[in-house]
Amino acid sequence: MAAQEVKDADLRVDGVAKRYGAVVALGGVSLSVAAGEFLTILGPSGSGKTTLLKVVAGFEFPDAGRVTVGGADITDVSPAKRNIGMVFQNYALFPHMSVARNIAFPLQMRSVPKSEIERRVIQAMALVELQGYGERLPSQLSGGQQQRVALARAVVFDPTLLLLDEPFGALDRKLRESMQLEVRRLQRRLGLTTVFITHDQEEALVLSDRIAVMDGGAIRQIGAPDDIYDRPADDFVAQFIGESNLLVGEIAAPDRVVLDGGTSVTVRGLGGGHGRVRLLVRPEKMAIDSATNRFTGTVVEAVYLGEAHKLRVKVAEGVELLVRGHRAVPAGASVTVGFAPEDAHVIRGAA
Amino acid sequence: MLLLLALFAVPLLRLLALSVESGSLIAYERALTNELYLRVIFETFKIAAIVTLLTLALGYPVAYVMATSGRGWQLVGIAFVLLPFWTSILVRTYAWMVMLGRNGVVNRTLIGWGVIDSPLPLLNNLAGVLIGMVHVLLPYMILPVFNAVKNVDPNLVLAAEGLGAPRWRAFLRVTLPLTMNGVAAGVTLVFTLSLGFFITPALLGGGRVVMVANLIEEQVRELLNWAFAGALSAILLVLTLAAFWGISRIARTRPV
Repeated sequence: MAAQEVKDADLRVDGVAKRYGAVVALGGVSLSVAAGEFLTILGPSGSGKTTLLKVVAGFEFPDAGRVTVGGADITDVSPAKRNIGMVFQNYALFPHMSVARNIAFPLQMRSVPKSEIERRVIQAMALVELQGYGERLPSQLSGGQQQRVALARAVVFDPTLLLLDEPFGALDRKLRESMQLEVRRLQRRLGLTTVFITHDQEEALVLSDRIAVMDGGAIRQIGAPDDIYDRPADDFVAQFIGESNLLVGEIAAPDRVVLDGGTSVTVRGLGGGHGRVRLLVRPEKMAIDSATNRFTGTVVEAVYLGEAHKLRVKVAEGVELLVRGHRAVPAGASVTVGFAPEDAHVIRGAA
Repeated sequence: MLLLLALFAVPLLRLLALSVESGSLIAYERALTNELYLRVIFETFKIAAIVTLLTLALGYPVAYVMATSGRGWQLVGIAFVLLPFWTSILVRTYAWMVMLGRNGVVNRTLIGWGVIDSPLPLLNNLAGVLIGMVHVLLPYMILPVFNAVKNVDPNLVLAAEGLGAPRWRAFLRVTLPLTMNGVAAGVTLVFTLSLGFFITPALLGGGRVVMVANLIEEQVRELLNWAFAGALSAILLVLTLAAFWGISRIARTRPV
């Protein structure tokens, strides 16, 4: 079968641009996803991530740029001929068809013989652990089950690419976590090149081989989850993923930065030069009674998170630091917090 | 409710009472055994069926295009569909007489374009009645279908296309079955309304197309046979209710 040859294909997006009237949805986005890779496109609503997905799926034609799957240019190919599996945000199951007929649909469209359809539908239902649900209607299933059907329908025809458009949004937290792991397991097992869209940074960190952070129709940074989290390229990425303390200042010496409040801190990895920088320190890197880079202030808010305590410490007028650690400090108490020189990530350039 | 009872139910019951006033069912017997009257009833159903099919064939595409276009065009479409509602049915029917006559706008235009040599017989026959009735009843088909198409999640169509269905197959397998409830509503409305049509066949049929309602009018106005008119009315009412029940039954048991 032709689909088999190009399975595990890579996806390349080259300079794709799309505008709606005066609004630029995509400003020349380039991206490549390796065969079998799980790439997450992470961004707030309006960042252009959904438009990018639609361009890849073929539901939107880009004003400029090309989309290539497995070396074949599919920019002008109709969605029906792209052989891409997609799971929609609301699953988009056909409400008038049973589970089995929903899953059989893409096979029927490919004129697969009846006996083989039957076999593959049963196989796909087993893959998502829905044996025995074939005759039910989507409306008779729970949210999690509906999502499994959508997933089975999206992979049953051996697509070259799997697209997931915020598929976990409608599920409650516990179900969401188990579905995430299930999707990941399935994706690994089938070796499917996968593009996953979400605005949930936690989800992105858990699932992805790599994450592309989008904002304003452009990719701000693309990299492994720990790259994105520990070494964000700019303020937007730093603040969108996880919680962060951003300290603004001026380089004074190869290892010293004078913050705008007047405090001087020691930092590794400045790499010389002059000019203004921002220092990102994650709340969990902030320590109470740190030996270096100390700030003294008052706890304005103390939140118990179960596995940790989160403190908001006011160290100067209008400057608050987030601290995450194991020590409980009541609100109102006076504390000294700080960070080690190697725990600050330097972001250069104007804010 | 009381008003409805007073203005609708009471006269209806009186009419039905008239049909059996003489204490016998002779009027019913006459209506249901005389071949002439049976033919009129059959003609009425035939015309209603043709009108229903024509409104469906014309109305579904219009409703579909309206429902799937942008908000602005949708409002324009609805305005055009509803516009005739603001005009009296009598005025519209007279307008068709002007349009369809031997020397009417349609024939003159077609001859002017050289499409035809001699005028088409469009008035005082079945064609005229069908044109007039379809025009009057089209909104009753378009609006429910429009509503049904609008209620189909556009993502379902995208999903079908993404799963390998060309547009027409996505339409046949997803949009069409999901809009059958609208089609059933439109068919029920148009068919049952058609059964009781009077003005249009009277004016555009030129006496050559007789539907049950025309027969009733003739009995009352010309022959003053109230009992027989009442019987015909009762028969029409029962048949209309039966049609209504039959169509909604078929619509409900349609295979999924």
